[in-house]
Amino acid sequence: MCGLCGILGGGGHWTDGVGTGQAAAVPWLRRQARRERVALGNAVLHPIGLTLSDWQGSEFLLRARTGATTMVGTLTDLWPKAERLSGRIIDPLDPDFLDTLDAAGR
Amino acid sequence: MPPGGDARIPVIVLTGFLGSGKTTILRHVLRHPAFSDAAVLINEFGEVGLDHVLVGALDREPVLLASGCICCTIRGDLSRAVRDLHDRRQRGEIPRFRRLIIETTGLADPAPILSTIAADPVIRHHFVVGVIVATVDAVHAEAGFKRYPQMLRQVAAADRLIVTKSDLALEGTTPRLLRRLSALNPQADIAQASHGAIDPALLQPDDTTTPRRWIAQSAEDDPSASHGAIRSFCLSSADPVPWSAFGLWFSLLVHRHGGRLLRVKGLLDVAGSTSPVAIHAVQHVIHPPEHLPDWPSDDRQSRIVFIVEDLDPDLVRRSFTSFMRLSTPASQVQATGAF
Repeated sequence: MCGLCGILGGGGHWTDGVGTGQAAAVPWLRRQARRERVALGNAVLHPIGLTLSDWQGSEFLLRARTGATTMVGTLTDLWPKAERLSGRIIDPLDPDFLDTLDAAGR
Repeated sequence: MPPGGDARIPVIVLTGFLGSGKTTILRHVLRHPAFSDAAVLINEFGEVGLDHVLVGALDREPVLLASGCICCTIRGDLSRAVRDLHDRRQRGEIPRFRRLIIETTGLADPAPILSTIAADPVIRHHFVVGVIVATVDAVHAEAGFKRYPQMLRQVAAADRLIVTKSDLALEGTTPRLLRRLSALNPQADIAQASHGAIDPALLQPDDTTTPRRWIAQSAEDDPSASHGAIRSFCLSSADPVPWSAFGLWFSLLVHRHGGRLLRVKGLLDVAGSTSPVAIHAVQHVIHPPEHLPDWPSDDRQSRIVFIVEDLDPDLVRRSFTSFMRLSTPASQVQATGAF
């Protein structure tokens, strides 16, 4: 547990540990990887009014336009919290949602 | 499924509908010396006991069968039973079993059992899902599939299918069933039992050579086979898969549609990784991906085989493509730990 914020250590996530390994050991590569994840997350979350940011290199902050904020540990936490905060269902098979993503990816 | 060198105890989940011969098969397998280090948790008692003499004694306490196996029934929830068994093993009250077989109730969807093993912080530290085996009764399967959707879920979730009672089935029934099972779950090994006798290896956990076989099967099979609302299809990608984007996409797909993803199994060419990565999920349960030592062939296309219920394959493919496009090559870095 972090002595300052009282956050319990994560129990591991299925996305952990895949890749060629250097990034986990090299701090700047790890930061770069987290930045990429934040950017990808925001491409999905911005259209529903949410913003994701890195917090202390250990957690993520999810913020709504209203200012409501919640901490996110893993991707498993992200989606239910994003739906709660936005009041919307995020469906990766919704054609309209995919149109929005395609526009963001161009 | 358990990666090489994994010290955790493999869990063999034996599922199958009521009366499909699970206990008969278990009885046969437990006589084999290879299973003398097994512990067995039984979720129900049917008409066939593992050992008629011991049925009465199996009420609460784990007992030692003549074969050396430990056996007990699940009285409370599964996680309590598994923890209790492990505690007794650690205290030396029961032999140090090296595999755990869970025989499910015939009405069970196996996904919650997998979820218990994968999600319980204590259990997942000591145990790992090894293999899911489902028995299918050749006499009653056709009618059962229509009436009991959980039978299809059991078949879809299985790594191995054992067809029982073929000797009692009408002529032509078993070949028809075998074709149906093969189309429904193209990646599963299918075997036939004769009065409960099977090759005990069918209840041994997978090894890392298995993806060679099931990827080869997925490449050969009809890419889209339909069984009412349940269908299987293969999603292929010639481009390396950006792991961050994949994690985002797949976690969202499982979050929103996990109940309809009866089984997902694939081999990915992950961007930045020299070795292929095997993924495996049953409904809401995603197993830790494994790096495999090498590719099954020169073909390095990523392939994911889905068995889904009420999901449109074209939409799944489109969704995958849309998410992967979010990750531009310039932004990709080697995958790492958290998130």
